[in-house]
Amino acid sequence: MASLVPCPNCGRRPKEEFTIKGAALSRPEADADSIDWFDYVYLRENPRGAYEEYWHHTSGCRRWLVVARDTVTHEIAACCDAAGRARSEARK
Amino acid sequence: MRYSALSILLNGLRGNRNWAPAWRQPDPKPHYDVIIVGGGGHGLATAYYLAKEFGITNVAVLEKNYIGSGNVGRNTTIIRSNYLLPGNNPFYELSMKLWEGLEQDFNFNAMVSQRGVLNLFHSDAQRDAYTRRGNAMRLHGVDAELLYRAAVRKMLPFLDFDNARFPIQGGLLQRRGGTVRHDAVAWGYARGADSRGVDIIQNCEVTGIRRENGRVIGVETSRGFIGCAKLALAAAGNSSQVAEMAGLRLPIESHVLQAFVSEGLKPFIDGVVTFGAGHFYVSQSDKGGLVFGGDIDGYNSYAQRGNLATVEHVAEAGKAMIPALSRVRVLRSWGGIMDMSMDGSPIIDRTPIDNLYLNAGWCYGGFKATPASGFCFAHLLARGAPQKTAAAFRLDRFERGFLIDEKGQGAQPNLH
Repeated sequence: MASLVPCPNCGRRPKEEFTIKGAALSRPEADADSIDWFDYVYLRENPRGAYEEYWHHTSGCRRWLVVARDTVTHEIAACCDAAGRARSEARK
Repeated sequence: MRYSALSILLNGLRGNRNWAPAWRQPDPKPHYDVIIVGGGGHGLATAYYLAKEFGITNVAVLEKNYIGSGNVGRNTTIIRSNYLLPGNNPFYELSMKLWEGLEQDFNFNAMVSQRGVLNLFHSDAQRDAYTRRGNAMRLHGVDAELLYRAAVRKMLPFLDFDNARFPIQGGLLQRRGGTVRHDAVAWGYARGADSRGVDIIQNCEVTGIRRENGRVIGVETSRGFIGCAKLALAAAGNSSQVAEMAGLRLPIESHVLQAFVSEGLKPFIDGVVTFGAGHFYVSQSDKGGLVFGGDIDGYNSYAQRGNLATVEHVAEAGKAMIPALSRVRVLRSWGGIMDMSMDGSPIIDRTPIDNLYLNAGWCYGGFKATPASGFCFAHLLARGAPQKTAAAFRLDRFERGFLIDEKGQGAQPNLH
């Protein structure tokens, strides 16, 4: 794992400050079919390579982030604010 | 060649020149009745029981590296059957019974040592939980003993009984639990399968699964196409990658788990001890090294190495349990990739593709399950129906809502 994580709010910070939640998936609507919920809750791409995860900067800005990471080399390609990204995607 | 005291003596007298290799290095045939993807413990055990118990010998085991190079050689060698839930307990007890007869069965010294597994508890609530677990085990015919502080102190006087935060109140002991030499398990199963006609093909990576009319007809490999009537996946750590070749998405994430060995010490710890207040467990190998580990690092990974933060965490927990560890030096550490399933329990089942079978999702409990996993997977492949102790390990249980959540953590694989 990369030792320093480029937090968009705090700059490069040691990874011990962060808590990893898991795959950055888009949540289905509350009234979506059970099959969509099953897919969201249980099934995973589990890629060998590029992967997006939700991380929480627990000991820093306390914002939820989306970290793009490689699951083989552990290199971090990008890191952005999760809420900011959700808003910009909603505008599209 | 059958191994015995006499064979050792006679070969010794002849200068040990006549030992034959324990298994062949065959070239792949164009077609097999069953191809098993993954030459780890579970794949080799499946091949062994297919040949020995179910009479199916036209079988190939394809391994991308050398056999035993994956998780069967990376675990901490512990066997136990101290499970709570009815879907799990009979299966792991079947595994324990197979361990108990394994060396005679496959004529190989796997150093099965039933030295006992003790899970410490540190609070009244934890004692109640272990009492419940012990009772569930005994209801299933498994041995379990609840020990209180004095009895644990007699066994392991060097534990930190009066730890200010987590004083040790007692422990749940399974005397039949213990350790097994993990490499010898792979070798013993490989030798037993090979001698019954199974082809073990090493350095042969599966790169694709060829399908026709909704059925699997064979696999593309680094050594060319190999046809099969049935395809069995036992590639834990990489299950999602192999299943993806057949268009399946699994309820599995791959995580890294680390393990450690210390320098060799005089005999110190008789059995296996787990810390109930942190992520730490330890046993002592016959060479004297302390073999210990903790929990998974907590993030998806296919790299067979972990992080220093986890090393530090495990060392802290170890020292909290056994203060004398503070000056012990660690010789080696390594990582293995775990199939973390969404409820912490494995999958041994058919798939939506008619002749494709799946053995996956062992989380970090795969080693102890090796014999039963092989036996039950072979049963499923040969008979088309699950073996009765493995009937709960279905792939569709997540969709149906019949989870086997031993830890009660829900669909959060890094917490199982």
